[in-house]
Formats: sequence, C-alpha cells, structure tokens
Amino acid sequence: MDSKKWDKIATGVLYFIAGVMILILAFLLIFILWNGLPHVSWHFLTSPAKSFQSGGGIGIQLFNSFYLLILSMLISIPISIGAGIYLSEYAKKNWLTNLVRTSIDILSSLPSIVVGLFGFLVFSISAGLGFSILSGALALTVFNLPLLTRNVEESLRSISGSQREAGLALGLSKWETVLKIIIPEALPGIITGMILGAGRVFGEAAALIYTAGQSAPPLDFTNWNPFYIASPLNPLRPAETLAVHIWKINSEGIMPDASQVSAGASAVLIIAVLIFNFGARYVGNHIYRKMTGTK
Amino acid sequence: MADERKEIISATDVHLFYGRNEALKGITMDFRENEITALIGPSGCGKSTFLRTLNRMNDLIPSVTITGTVMLHDKNIYAPSTDTVALRKEVGMVFQQPNPFPFSIYDNVIYGLRLAGVRDRRILDEAVETSLRQAAIWDTVKDKLSESALSLSGGQQQRVCIARVLAVKPDVILLDEPTSALDPISSGQIENMLLELKDEYTIILVTHNMQQASRISDRTAFFLQGDLIEYADTRTIFLNPKEKETEDYISGRFG
Ligand SMILES: Nc1ncnc2c1ncn2[C@@H]1O[C@H](COP(=O)(O)OP(=O)(O)OP(=O)(O)O)[C@@H](O)[C@H]1O
Ligand SMILES: [Mg+2]
Repeated sequence: MDSKKWDKIATGVLYFIAGVMILILAFLLIFILWNGLPHVSWHFLTSPAKSFQSGGGIGIQLFNSFYLLILSMLISIPISIGAGIYLSEYAKKNWLTNLVRTSIDILSSLPSIVVGLFGFLVFSISAGLGFSILSGALALTVFNLPLLTRNVEESLRSISGSQREAGLALGLSKWETVLKIIIPEALPGIITGMILGAGRVFGEAAALIYTAGQSAPPLDFTNWNPFYIASPLNPLRPAETLAVHIWKINSEGIMPDASQVSAGASAVLIIAVLIFNFGARYVGNHIYRKMTGTK
Repeated sequence: MADERKEIISATDVHLFYGRNEALKGITMDFRENEITALIGPSGCGKSTFLRTLNRMNDLIPSVTITGTVMLHDKNIYAPSTDTVALRKEVGMVFQQPNPFPFSIYDNVIYGLRLAGVRDRRILDEAVETSLRQAAIWDTVKDKLSESALSLSGGQQQRVCIARVLAVKPDVILLDEPTSALDPISSGQIENMLLELKDEYTIILVTHNMQQASRISDRTAFFLQGDLIEYADTRTIFLNPKEKETEDYISGRFG
C-alpha cells in the first residue's frame, strides 16, 4: 500500500483516540459538576461537617486542604529549587549524581498509599507527630518533592548553553549567571510546575489518610494562636482534607445526605484542581511575557 | 606601518588538548592595541579554540588541558591567581550565533553593569545609549528599548550583543564569526562598526570570509590543523604570502 494512504489511516486512528480521551474527560467533568454543583452553597462551603444529621458542610476540610497545601509547599519549594539547581548546574556527571537522579525517579513513581504508610511509620509513629497537619505536610512533601525537583532541573536544563556562555563571557560569575540569567529564563516553567504540583497535592487522599488523619475536630476561628489546640493554625492537630473527606464519606458515611455531600465536595475539589491547572498556564505565560518584554 | 603600537596580549607556546586530542600545537603570537586582527583557516583548524583561550572560556569544558602562557597587560591570565570573572570583563566575547537574553533590549545592554551594582538610572540610561550608538543600532531601537531583544532580526540581535559587551567597557573584544549568520548588508554594517570601534578597543576576529578579513583587519593569522602557519600584515598575507599553504588557502585551492 502506498505511504499516503497509511498516513491517512494513522492520522484517523490518532484523531479517534484523542477524541475518545476528550469525550471521557468531558463526560467526567460534566457528570461531577452536574451532580455536585446543586449542593454547593455558601453555607456548604463554610460550615463544619456533621456525622449523623444532614445539612453538614465542608468548611473545615476546605480550610485544612489549603493549610496543608501551603505548609507542604513551604517545605518543598525551597528544597526542590535548591536540589534542581544543584542537579542541573553544578552536579558533575558521576555515579553519585546518577544514583541521586535514579532515586528521585523511583521516589516519584511510588504509589501515594505507600508514601502515606511510610509517613505514618516515620512521621506519625517514630517522630511522634501523630495524626497531624505536620505529618501530613511532610508526607505530601515526600510525595511531591521528587516531581518538583525534576521539574526545576528540566526547566533549567532547557535553557540553551549559549545563554550560560553569554553570561560568563560578560564577566558574570557562575552563580550570578545561574541566579540572574538562567533562573529568570526558566521561571515560567518552574512556576507552572509548582502550580501543577500544588494541584496534585490538593487532590491527594491516600498519602494523607494515615498521616493527617481522618477527623476534622471543630476549629475556633477566633483564636489564631498556633499553640492553642483548636486553633486553625495549630500544626499538630489532626486534619481531614477535602479529598480524604470524600473518600471517608463514600466508605463509611452515615449521614442521611452522604451522597449529596460527597457529590458537592467532589465538585468543589474538581473546580479547585481546574483552577490550579488553568492558573498554571496563565501565570506561566504572564511571567514569561513580563520577563521578556514581548507583548 | 604602525609597528610602534603596543602589544596588549601575547600568547607563548599555547598547547590545548581536548582529552588526548591536541587542538592547538604551540601557538605563539601577539596582538597589538587598537588593531583588528583576523584569524583565518579551514574548518576545525582551531581558530575558535584559540580565541576562547584568550578569555579562558575553554576552562568550562572539563576535558580541556592548556599549557603555555597568555600575557594580558603583562600578566599571565593562566596564573593561578587570575580571577576569570574579572578577566572576562576585560576581554569581552561575541559569539557566532547571536545570543541575546530573552529580556528587553534595555535590560540586555545593562545586564553586566546592573550586576556590577550600578543602580543610578541616569548612568544606566547613558550607558545604554552610548553602547547602542557604538554598535550602530541606536536609531533602529531607540523607540523600543522595552521590547524583547528576541523580537529583533538576527543582525540587529548581533549588534545588541555587541552593545552588551561594549557596556562592560572591555579592553579587548573577541568575535567568533560574528557575521556568518547574517546577510551581506548586516555584515557590512557590522564591519563598518568594527572599524569605528578599533580606535577604542583591540579587536580579534575569527572569520571565514576573506573579503571581510582583507577589508577590515590590520593583521591576519592563518591557522592550519592546530598550527599557526603565517602571521603578518593583512596586505602581506593576501598579496604576498610566504607560505605555500597560506597562498593555497587564500586563493581557494583548499579549505
Ligand atoms: N568541545 C570540544 N570537545 C572536543 N573537541 C573539540 C571541542 N571543540 C573543538 N574540538 C576539536 O578541536 C578542533 C578545533 O576546533 P575549533 O572549533 O577550534 O575549529 P575552528 O577553526 O573554529 O573551526 P570552524 O571554522 O569550523 O569554526 C577540532 O578538531 C574539533 O573537533
Ligand atoms: Mg569556530
């Protein structure tokens, strides 16, 4: 058969596959939003959950999700940037750095439930942090750090060597070249990766079930002293997140409106993850345009 | 001729190895202040390699070993005490492919200065204008300094890159085939600009373009397979070369 015909057939098959993927995604989104959005209200978003009656909300879970996200990003962003810069700009090619890279790759492919159990053993039990936000944030860091580090490394590596030469030839030191030329050029990619990572963390459940815990004790939103036990900021309190809440309601929820609460919470979760994804694109492009002066 | 001119760089017996491969086999030559020196020779003969020994850019390649001395202002730049960062401020470099930073034209030109700690807006503005004028591109870009340098044509980008080097005020400017990616008109403009610049700078230029070498350089060096074959006044090299290889190369019989 002639190659033109094959080309047409192959293109057709690829279009078909792509179309099916988009349809599945669209179906999922519409299904979740259609079922969930009717239950989402200001009251639902702000009031605490109820275990036995209907009319509970997801306020505390929502707050927990964001707090946990921020804590884990605060830990993982600086580490991943440092490690990524080292791997891309300074690490020599030898068995040790190869080992580091391989370990990072293995770590990033660990199933999140394994990370969760590891976090349970190490952070909750051995380190004595119990079911707490801090255990959860550390587990999420283990889960997220490898991907973030790889993202920083790849973003830096994608900047052409001629830019490094240009900087050095101008009389910049290596560190100045990295800091003032390579990192700014790679920033859009780095930030996009960070936001996507944030979305991943926000929707994560399995790594948190045994670390941040499955209960959301009531919070006193008038007392922000992090050492007070019911303070929203207390990092040592257990904190069920939105994703864990959805999992929990579906496995053992006994409130009469469990399915509605679950649908509403899923819709909120999906919307948040979508915002992260679109935000990543927007912010990345925006920063790139701002840095480069292109209009 | 201008034989009384001062020598600013003198290289003595420079050998350079990439791993085991000897790319420079003992180069001894010097460069005079406020002259344009052209390095010519067939592909792979070591012109770029030699040029990059003059600002120690070859240090960045891990497998490289270099022996010999390169004196700049009577100081050996390969002495252990040399600060390569300071050296590269004195010896600027322009590459074959224009490599502007993907920032605004303004930021490109003052990058070196700003990192050196200059904050005064007036000084920066002035440096931008002077450097861009020297690079003969001020009139083209003066109304769009805040636009990305990437939005310029290749020839314009190359001149911004030259302005960026000039802003650091080096003594010596190394150019590695700066016009090979450009059309004849842009090349001509850059050649004229180099002729203007030589009153203030010492210029060392690698080129494959014989007209370019003969038109703008004061002295010309012919390299072949890692050796310096002949080095003399440009006029002598082109009209009356001593070595057979030089004559063959210039008349296009090989290379
Ligand atoms: N980074 C490198 N690693 C190993 N060998 C190299 C490297 N750069 C150059 N060489 C070798 O050194 C020799 C001289 O190369 P160089 O780039 O200096 O030639 P050139 O005269 O500039 O050639 P051209 O006119 O094509 O630019 C060549 O044989 C080349 O293969
Ligand atoms: Mg070359």
